[in-house]
Amino acid sequence: MTILIRGGDLVDPVKGLIEKQDLIVEGGRVSRILPAGAFSELNPGISIIDASGMLIIPGMIDMHVHLREPGYEYKETIESGSLAGVAGGFTGLACMPNTDPANDNVSVTEFILRQSAKAGKLKVYPIAAITKGRKGETLTEFGDLKKAGAVGLSDDGSPVVNSELMRRAIEYARYHGLAVISHCEDINLSGEGVMHEGMISTQIGLKGIPSASEEVMVQREISLARLTGCPVHIAHVSTAGSVNAIRRAKEDGVPVTAETAPHYFSLDHGSVVGYDTNAKINPPLRTQEDILAIKKGLAEDVIDVIATDHAPHNLLEKNLEFDKAAFGIIGLETALPLTLALVREGVLTIQAVVRKLTCSPASILRVDRGVIREGSVADLAIIDPECEYILKEEDILSKSRNTPFMGKKLKGRNVLTIFEGQIVWSRDSKHIGCR
Amino acid sequence: MEGFNHKDLLGMGQLSVRDIELILDTAESMKEVSQRDIKKVPTLRGKSIVNFFYEPSTRTRASFELAAKRLSADTISLSSSGSSMTKGETLMDTAKNLQAMNPDLIVLRHSSSGAPHMLAPEIKAGIINAGDGTNEHPTQALLDLFTIREKKGRLQGLKVAIIGDIKHSRVARSNIIGLKKMGADVTISGPPTMIPVNAESLGVDVINNPAEAIKDKDVIMVLRIQLERQSKLLFPTAREYSTYFGINRETLKNAKEDAIVMHPGPINRGVELASDVADGPFSVILEQVTNGVAVRMALLYLLVGGHKSDNID
Repeated sequence: MTILIRGGDLVDPVKGLIEKQDLIVEGGRVSRILPAGAFSELNPGISIIDASGMLIIPGMIDMHVHLREPGYEYKETIESGSLAGVAGGFTGLACMPNTDPANDNVSVTEFILRQSAKAGKLKVYPIAAITKGRKGETLTEFGDLKKAGAVGLSDDGSPVVNSELMRRAIEYARYHGLAVISHCEDINLSGEGVMHEGMISTQIGLKGIPSASEEVMVQREISLARLTGCPVHIAHVSTAGSVNAIRRAKEDGVPVTAETAPHYFSLDHGSVVGYDTNAKINPPLRTQEDILAIKKGLAEDVIDVIATDHAPHNLLEKNLEFDKAAFGIIGLETALPLTLALVREGVLTIQAVVRKLTCSPASILRVDRGVIREGSVADLAIIDPECEYILKEEDILSKSRNTPFMGKKLKGRNVLTIFEGQIVWSRDSKHIGCR
Repeated sequence: MEGFNHKDLLGMGQLSVRDIELILDTAESMKEVSQRDIKKVPTLRGKSIVNFFYEPSTRTRASFELAAKRLSADTISLSSSGSSMTKGETLMDTAKNLQAMNPDLIVLRHSSSGAPHMLAPEIKAGIINAGDGTNEHPTQALLDLFTIREKKGRLQGLKVAIIGDIKHSRVARSNIIGLKKMGADVTISGPPTMIPVNAESLGVDVINNPAEAIKDKDVIMVLRIQLERQSKLLFPTAREYSTYFGINRETLKNAKEDAIVMHPGPINRGVELASDVADGPFSVILEQVTNGVAVRMALLYLLVGGHKSDNID
């Protein structure tokens, strides 16, 4: 299939440019990029996509999702998660190993890749466990996992408590070229906490998770990265203290990178009032001061990446007493509008938003995607930054519906996704002259 | 008199000053009923009330049962061990099944903060929060307000100290909201491990040392210390707690001469409260229990039967 995409504004996150450019996709790659209107004589067989008023961006890469397969297929499958991903504008998802069985061996990694190839919507990048069974005791076989297709390592929500083991993990992972992603949490300090410890937890009588619970572990990872010179990536930063610690570390040249999730700059702990379990997330929604610090951290590139921590849960786990409900919300289909809000607020430029959702995560995971240039793999999203809509249950393509943004007005929407040269998603057939 | 326009009683925050006054005034008549020879009126005949106690309770449960029976309502009592919840049924399902039997009111005690708030919009019957996790225990606060008003003749302008595990106490949270609303000054006290963060946002003063906190106070409210959770103890030993934070005759000397001492029970004698204080002349602890029945009768009446012009003869 040969496709001409014309009339749109092409965002190049690497060069930091937005230009009216037309491009031709053929053979799974972007074959030509020329100034708007340059392709006047065309073969009659070519498909034309009119992208007027739209932004053309590299397909987004979410380096932190939970696809739940194997083991929890009632929450999400690799297929349903892929569909939710392409609907949201993603063409790459890095999936966390907290499946059942955990992705701590080659056969699970290979299974995930087989399932994703079968779904065929986007690229799935398995993140394998750092330790067997995510128990924090013995390292998994990093070399074999890398060879099988894993791009990173994380014990996810069961952070490695043993600092010596974590040191070995980052040292050994660097040899194999695997990113190490740390969910920073002191699980003893979090205790039975279910929301941010602060004014709201005091008022509504829920047990709190202090900011320090995240920050002490961020400090440890920085110390280990400083000690060894080996990179560590900090997952879902939620506090001002973490942002400040990472800023100082980066100033000192410590090889640390960081991500935050859209909900951490969109909502504060007030969302929990009324015991809405769709506002129960770990790390928890924090305060307005934390939101400001995270925005500042994004603007100053202290926080390199925006990732969703897409965590689908069935009503079975959410329609419960607050302290018994599962932590986490879905995010693939709301990431783009929530992040574009930062452009309207003047926090980030469009180019910076796109960078944090494309080439930045690609470079941390060392995958050759997240860019648009002649010859690059044609992973693209065409987005309408002005589209306003109400998020409705029936629009959600994830198997789960757990989001605090349901019924809320959002602005900015992905309209068409191309993966390896194929149109894998389109919101409105009027926009495209094909299929 | 204005009516009581609530389907549920979930917390003290939902009540206006007028609502609270109405409840306390109604409880006065109910107390009179409880002192009669025949302690029963037909007011709630034909009404059914489910006491749904998902967490162990002796006093509150007995109090609600007696209150309902004195008003002639039919009651059943469920506890989690004898209910389908031990068979894996969710709270929501259990409650919907109860609703299908068409009760007029569900009294819910639950270990999770917010449990009654979750059920209230889903269920036609009224819900009384009989204690939810570490959030609120509004009927305890109302019986405490009743007891204070009875003893002091007013609530406005009184100085109250609440001592103990404020952070994890639903009794404290409900009392703070209720007392502040009625114009009392509240000081909270206890070791720093038991004081919630941003406590000032509750509109209270914090004085960690109880001996200082009770200085010039009209009301000393002592909370139960949870000794049963040894592994999560917020202080080293019961002995050390009683030495530095327990209330005894000596510490009580700082309070006003006519101060009253309250405790929601059950008491750890010799830990948070010395026996001679618990049983002494300042103590109104058993009167709190007596008043609890009257206040709960008032609430049942206002929530279930209050729309009619029945009197309580």
